[in-house]
Amino acid sequence: MTGQPQPGVPILRLGDVLVTGLLNELDDRTAVAFTEELTERISAEGARGVLIDISRLEIIDSFVARTLMELTTVARLLGARVIVAGMRPPVAITLVELGIELVGVETALNPEQGLAALGWRQAPQPPEGARRGTAR
Amino acid sequence: MALPGESILASRGTKVSARAQSRRPPAPATYPVRTEEDLLTVRHAVRAATVEVGFGLVDQTRVVTAASELARNAYVHGGGGTVTLEYPHEPSGRRGLRLIVKDDGPGIADLDAALTDGFTTGTGLGHGLGGARRLMDEFTVRTGRGEGTVVVATRWTVR
Repeated sequence: MTGQPQPGVPILRLGDVLVTGLLNELDDRTAVAFTEELTERISAEGARGVLIDISRLEIIDSFVARTLMELTTVARLLGARVIVAGMRPPVAITLVELGIELVGVETALNPEQGLAALGWRQAPQPPEGARRGTAR
Repeated sequence: MALPGESILASRGTKVSARAQSRRPPAPATYPVRTEEDLLTVRHAVRAATVEVGFGLVDQTRVVTAASELARNAYVHGGGGTVTLEYPHEPSGRRGLRLIVKDDGPGIADLDAALTDGFTTGTGLGHGLGGARRLMDEFTVRTGRGEGTVVVATRWTVR
């Protein structure tokens, strides 16, 4: 990935789930770069789930919607399940009026619920790393 | 109620001028749409304008989304253009925000088709023009083959 323009959106790995987010300043080039980097990471790291936090998006226009739909489809073709989490209520209302239903894109109210749907459970654990074996 | 007409007029007059001083609508402003960065600039300007006019959060989102669709149309299909923001207001006190999006591109050959959901000649979802129309209260398109395109779209505050 060195030498490539960085989209500036960190993609974190939690076991076999990639966690990332979209920034409000998403433009076409950033969107394309982000899609490419995310699909590379899914492939390279064998991710089975992707959580995309969109709570910072103040609007979703048809371009961003298309980006999310394509990303979801590409990830599915690579065997990973995408959940888009944290859409702001005014954005949801506007999307419906715009006529865009994000068909095929799985959503969650917030990142916690999205992660839970991807198989992560919020459970207090002793600090002695009882989880260590299950994270891979 | 029992006041003579003249003083009612006078008091209304002062009220209006006091309000006009504190809430005079901003002058129209025009922004170029030539690059990707311009699209973001337009979005920021429209967001600030919706706040200025006093729209609620959902209406702000509607208007900024519509502006984003229309500006992108001008950029992608029209080869670039301009977005002008105007602040119309009615005597009733109803305020609005008007987007005038112009390009000198090839024009829209079939406007009815372009306003239909799912119709696309580009990279979008085919919801841009029709969708933007649904997000605004008033919406007119002037276009023709080889004549460029002008979209005028207004949203009013609820009064």
